[in-house]
Amino acid sequence: MNAPAAAATATATLHTGSLRPRARSHRLGIGHWRRVLRLGIKSLWAHRLRSLLTVLGIVFGVCSVIAMLAIGEGASYEAQEQLKSLGSQNIILRSIKPAEDQKVSESGSRQNYTLTYGLKEVDVRRIRSTVPGIEAVVPGRIIRDFAWNVRYRVDCEIVGTVSWYPEMRNHPVMKGRFFTDREYDGKENVCVIGAEMVERLFPFEQALGGSVRVGRSYFKVVGVMAPRPRLPATAGGGDNSATTVHRMFIPLSTARTHYGEILFKRRSGSFESERVELHEVTVKVDELDRVRTVAAAIEDILKFDRKKKDYDMLVPLELLKRAEETRRLFNIVLGSIAAISLLVGGIGIMNIMLATVTERTREIGVRRALGARRADIITQFVAEATMLSAAGGLLGVLLGVSIPWVVTATAGMKTIITWWSLALSFGISAIVGIAFGLYPATRAAQMDPVEALRHE
Amino acid sequence: MNYVLAVDELRKTYRMGPVTVEALRGVSFGIEPGEFISIMGPSGCGKSTLLSLLGCLDRPTTGRYFLGGDDVSQLDDDTLSDIRGTRIGFVFQSYNLVQQLSVVENIEVPLFYQGISEAECRTRAEDLARRVGLGHRLEHKPFELSGGQQQRVAIARALVNEPLLILADEPTGNLDSKSGVEILEIFDALHGQGKTVVLVTHDDKVAERANRVIRLKDGVVESDLRKTR
Repeated sequence: MNAPAAAATATATLHTGSLRPRARSHRLGIGHWRRVLRLGIKSLWAHRLRSLLTVLGIVFGVCSVIAMLAIGEGASYEAQEQLKSLGSQNIILRSIKPAEDQKVSESGSRQNYTLTYGLKEVDVRRIRSTVPGIEAVVPGRIIRDFAWNVRYRVDCEIVGTVSWYPEMRNHPVMKGRFFTDREYDGKENVCVIGAEMVERLFPFEQALGGSVRVGRSYFKVVGVMAPRPRLPATAGGGDNSATTVHRMFIPLSTARTHYGEILFKRRSGSFESERVELHEVTVKVDELDRVRTVAAAIEDILKFDRKKKDYDMLVPLELLKRAEETRRLFNIVLGSIAAISLLVGGIGIMNIMLATVTERTREIGVRRALGARRADIITQFVAEATMLSAAGGLLGVLLGVSIPWVVTATAGMKTIITWWSLALSFGISAIVGIAFGLYPATRAAQMDPVEALRHE
Repeated sequence: MNYVLAVDELRKTYRMGPVTVEALRGVSFGIEPGEFISIMGPSGCGKSTLLSLLGCLDRPTTGRYFLGGDDVSQLDDDTLSDIRGTRIGFVFQSYNLVQQLSVVENIEVPLFYQGISEAECRTRAEDLARRVGLGHRLEHKPFELSGGQQQRVAIARALVNEPLLILADEPTGNLDSKSGVEILEIFDALHGQGKTVVLVTHDDKVAERANRVIRLKDGVVESDLRKTR
């Protein structure tokens, strides 16, 4: 028979439809996607254990990222709160004993040697008169002594200061009041004690209105300070960093009359005396942006007539900035760990998808024979990979949220789960699924249908 | 004469490293609507190659292939996919059902790729399942069915898109003789309904049922015999 002729006739007579690909808008419809997803679930369900194990890689990645970020955020939040409690507009100066002089005083003449160092009233006057932008200066004299209530005793720091100390140092009075200017001028024996001291000195009675004995004088308790977050060890610098420091506040004028200029300390076998005018000076700067320049100016003034550095300067704002810097670094480190763990999870998914593609070569061939385009095959496998990683992400988020909760409940650490950490880790896990599913899916789609059908 | 399918000087050469294998060396024939044709020949004669060309799974090296009036010999991959999905129904020797899907879902597969709505897919698939005698097994999975039943699902799947042509590759090759006869009866019935069936086999008993037998040898048509009823 004449085939070309037959073919020609065929062309003429049996035209059934256009050869151009049909409009494929159905591939974008919601119904189509729902069916693709359902198909994916069926295939994943057919290999439950394998799917679960694959998912675990992502679960642990996401979960550890969220948990670590939450714990890190919590820790840095606490550090920042502590620094903020010092007052971000403040500059805190402290007197410290110069290191070399200490040796001299100990090895040399043991008695009748009075060591003079530290901040002086004249420094305060100079600072006030020459540095612009200072709102207030709070001088403080700190004497270490025992405070007594009948037979209860507390080893505390007695702080002689001025009446505006509480608002300058962000350290509010919890009960009662701080001493007044009039009490300061009158050099009265009044005191405000720390909240931690109350339990020790007045376990069974009201602290307010009671009296505390120091040496031979009695001080009337007019107020109780709020409990204070402990300073981070790095911020202390001086001699009072580690344990809870009990503080008792009295007017500076009263302190001067009681203790005079020279302080005695008993050491093993000898007396040691030192002359320190002011132990602590808090300078409040009027504007936040000027803190740095004011601090530099003060430093210059103090250096001017000193041979040795006998003071320590603490700028909470600088520390805050440093803490912020540390936190950013921490986040970068965590981010890298997150990236690596999710990468490992992604490789796991890719590995399984490649195995799945090989295993299902037949099915791919059959689907192609039944009218599936390459894009349909890609869609199917990418959908499966994405579902795996998204399920992993979701489980990871749930687990990641619960771990900080457990940490807070058991270890008492503060944790903060940020929304962006949840969104980020879940988002990345979903993207990982698509990225690592794409290669196996493309391989599946590129298979020759004839070969795929022959595959055993 | 009207042809459902016509091939004209079809050639296919495979290159395997330095060796080129000529699987088909110029095959021409035409098939009229409603014919039941069996293609026979010894192994290595080019049967499988011809089948994959007829099924639009592969493109000929040269020559033309008209299916339903259109030259489909050198179309792009997406268009060929659409042609397979709309004009051809495949029945394979090893059934090739998707294991994780139920009977109805397997029958629905070709419709899914043509974007037929879910509800319509369901009714058409259930209707066909009943016509091949599996109305009571709709939700069963392939591994719960016997070979004969699986092949009936495959036939239903091949019919669901109302193709121009049903291509069957050794459909009884994996079945015992009783189930094989049942399957062949279904093909007879389809032929009776006016469907065009091309059946590849090496079994003479199977070939007997066709009204036309094309024998291939060494990549060319050796004989093309029409039965007179």
